[in-house]
Amino acid sequence: MTAAALEVRGLNRNFGALKVTRDVDLTLERGARRALIGPNGAGKTTLVNLITGLLNPSSGKVVLGGQDITALSQAQRARRGIARTFQINQLFRGLTVLENLCLAVGERDGHCNNLWRATGARRVVIDEALDYLAALRIVDDALKLVRELPYGRQRLVEIAIALAQKPRVLLLDEPAAGVPSSETHLILDVVANLDPDIAILIIEHDMDVVFRFARKITVLVAGAIFTEGTPQEIMANEQVRAVYLGQEGHRVGGGVRHG
Amino acid sequence: MAASEKSRELAATGARERAAGYLVGRHRFRPAEALPWLLAIAAFFLFPDRMTFGNQALIMVMFALSLDLILGYAGIVSLGHAAFFGVGAYTVGLLIARLDWSEPLSSLLAAAMLSGLIGFVTGWFILRYRGLTVIMLTLATAIMLQEAGNLRSDISGGYDGLPGLVISPLFGIFDYDLYGHVNYLYVLGVLAVIFYMVRRIVYSPFGQALTGIRENVRRMHAIGSPVHRRLVTVYTISAAIAGVAGALFTQTNAYVTLTVFDFDNSAKVMVMLILGGTGRLYGAFIGAVVYMMLEDHLSKLSPTFWQFGIGLLLILAVLFAPRGLLGLVEEISRKSWRRGRAGAARRLIWKGEHWTVLAGSAVDGAAIGFIVGFAANFGQAHLLSEYIASLPGRALAFTCFGALVATAINAIYLAFTSRAAAEDRGS
Amino acid sequence: MPQYANIAVSILFDGLAYAMFLFITSVGLSVTMGLMNFVNLAHGAFAMIGGYVVVSLTRSYGVGFVPSLIIAAVLVALISVRFERRLYRRFYRATDLEQVLLTIGLAFMAIATFTYFYGPIPKSVPLPDWLQGSVNLGFRSFPAYRVFMIAVGAALIAVLWYGFERTNVGAMVRAAVDNRRMAESIGINVDRLFTLTFALGSGLAALGGGLAIQLLGLNPNFALLYLVLFLIVVAVGGLGSLKGTLLAALVLGIIDTGGKYLLADAGGFFIYAVTVIVLLLKPAGFYGRE
Repeated sequence: MTAAALEVRGLNRNFGALKVTRDVDLTLERGARRALIGPNGAGKTTLVNLITGLLNPSSGKVVLGGQDITALSQAQRARRGIARTFQINQLFRGLTVLENLCLAVGERDGHCNNLWRATGARRVVIDEALDYLAALRIVDDALKLVRELPYGRQRLVEIAIALAQKPRVLLLDEPAAGVPSSETHLILDVVANLDPDIAILIIEHDMDVVFRFARKITVLVAGAIFTEGTPQEIMANEQVRAVYLGQEGHRVGGGVRHG
Repeated sequence: MAASEKSRELAATGARERAAGYLVGRHRFRPAEALPWLLAIAAFFLFPDRMTFGNQALIMVMFALSLDLILGYAGIVSLGHAAFFGVGAYTVGLLIARLDWSEPLSSLLAAAMLSGLIGFVTGWFILRYRGLTVIMLTLATAIMLQEAGNLRSDISGGYDGLPGLVISPLFGIFDYDLYGHVNYLYVLGVLAVIFYMVRRIVYSPFGQALTGIRENVRRMHAIGSPVHRRLVTVYTISAAIAGVAGALFTQTNAYVTLTVFDFDNSAKVMVMLILGGTGRLYGAFIGAVVYMMLEDHLSKLSPTFWQFGIGLLLILAVLFAPRGLLGLVEEISRKSWRRGRAGAARRLIWKGEHWTVLAGSAVDGAAIGFIVGFAANFGQAHLLSEYIASLPGRALAFTCFGALVATAINAIYLAFTSRAAAEDRGS
Repeated sequence: MPQYANIAVSILFDGLAYAMFLFITSVGLSVTMGLMNFVNLAHGAFAMIGGYVVVSLTRSYGVGFVPSLIIAAVLVALISVRFERRLYRRFYRATDLEQVLLTIGLAFMAIATFTYFYGPIPKSVPLPDWLQGSVNLGFRSFPAYRVFMIAVGAALIAVLWYGFERTNVGAMVRAAVDNRRMAESIGINVDRLFTLTFALGSGLAALGGGLAIQLLGLNPNFALLYLVLFLIVVAVGGLGSLKGTLLAALVLGIIDTGGKYLLADAGGFFIYAVTVIVLLLKPAGFYGRE
């Protein structure tokens, strides 16, 4: 029996008296396509931060591929295969797009421990970095500084970096937020065509996207798991509609037609 | 259809090649890079009687280079880098004065190792934090070392220092002459070796990781970079280099006092680096040399004006040339390539709000000038009425001067910012 | 009274007076740094300017010592407002480094300007009779000037505490230090609040500078010499915390005085050692936000 890609057990996080995450249990199988939805302030990003190690849980544990990683730092977790995108771009704004990618590849493979051999002397790294840019169709921007790119393009770089980590578990925090609608399909196509072995968790508000992408949906309300199920089950769930989907009912309807 | 597909593919490979070519060729030496070294050698023949000054300038270049590694590349703001300069300087001084060890090269090595060790230990603690805490702790490191030296002035010689330190001939052959000729070549040689090492580090993947930490430490954690280890590594290297600079300082001056740990020394090297430009290797050269030449001329003229000048220089640098002299040169050449004269006229059309700002700054400047004039009347006027009576004279001049300076600075600032804003809109 | 008890009382008393100076000068820096995260290395320059205004007023214009202190505080507060509006404001979003450079540049310029006019030699200030000599507090007599400083310090602490904890403006400042974005979203004008606290802080620094002349002497280098101490008090106390600044000022003031009494050679070593230890254990200071 193989262990799940990622398991979260009894996770809690308090900020003072405020309980932001409450007894969350979550399992991502290998190759999972999971959406995490919930109203604003439900603690979705906090959960991602707890999984990646940006925040430490007050109690509970995070297990990656059968191995308890709760005590590990963010960087150690990343090296073991957790990659994420941030809700607001976190990029090396003063570096070129290509350098951004080379850094991700270099840190993944340990090249960055090398103080002597020039970056440019490793053609393999550069070529791999360019492959990720090609996949997102931003090779033309490779030599531009990130801060000179429009926000939507930067968003693609954000995703390319996460991919360059060759993750086992990929956490996408609203990947299409701030991207002009003409370019969202590009991001979603890329996400849809990812290696089927990678377990993916996506936080997304656009129900179109959620229902098209996810095989299973987790609903988070006020820091706790409200319910979990297939898109059909979630759609049929009256309580979910009341709590969350109700306010966006028309968009859910649209999603059904497309789906 | 197939043909257009093919051409698109070709264009894509073209873009790939261009992009890859940039990174592949970036670390290669460019002909222009020989220039500073040729100048340094030329100076040896052209100004044989100014070698002492040349020595000091080269040592400061090395010191600034070490700061560039942590400040310009890794983004660590240190207000106590003199700590390592001082450790290096005292290593050599104590080796000679207390252990009678005066061989120059092994002393350099000892200085590098000791200051590197102290850099490692302090860095390991300090670099877990960011921002103000780091600034404070680096500052405290330098002052604590100074106070420790003062505490054991029986060993360190205290603020009177260790005078009359004589080093052995280099390689046992070349004796150090009074005019510093051998010294100059010695320091230049050591600088060349160190520069080569720093240059390799900067263009290595490790150097890239440092810029990554400077640009966005959050992302570095997320891609699995051992940030703390990287920072401690570079801090140790930087400390060792600063130590070598300090060691050379003691060797060429033949004395050392506790003032090497002064805050002034830390501030000075930072000003040099900022002046030249951070994160660009040769910024350290230009900054240190320009600073030393200015200091050489101006501080003799009037130390007070010199200090005022540094202050003004820093403010102007932050306002107008945040990337230093080198950055300014690059920017100006880039811009004049990109846009012609059409843009220039547009830049001059100012919005109404600019005039209110200018009027405001004129009033501010006048007020400050008036107050300064008021204070400056120390010992001359004894009552407010007397002061008012003397207005047409000194105080009026101060008032006008204040208004003029403030308006001018603001005008230049607005010209810069409105241009930047116009470019933002344009792009 | 036994010898050691006598020394202990002296250390406590002198340390307390010194702590009051540290508190008065640093508290403004703490609040402004807490509010805007602005590294203001020119704070010491405001204290120095305050000192020179007092010197000029008392020596050249024959104003009394206490009125001079008040005038200096008000004057420097007014000047600082213009500085904040015209110059500092542009740098709130700048990096630490840019703020450090800008404000160090200002400090250098201030030092040079005042060296030009007043010379590098330390100045003293004529004190009224009632501040000279000593005051007998029953069991022992103490220098009157230090008693005065402690009294002023205590009064200011009371006023600041009331203003900070009990008034509307104080509540707004605390809210803004705690969470700036939240405070703005409920309609607090943080910019104006900052100008106000900046002026208050600079005015207090000027007052501290005036009070320190008698204790420490005043030359233009005051601006950088004591700046390190102010920064340490702020960092150890925790940014934006009144309580923390007071505690840090007391701890550091008394330890420094004690160190100098008992081990004259050690100089400032103790104060930095304590700073390093506190910051390593609690990087945000006594009462700082983690």
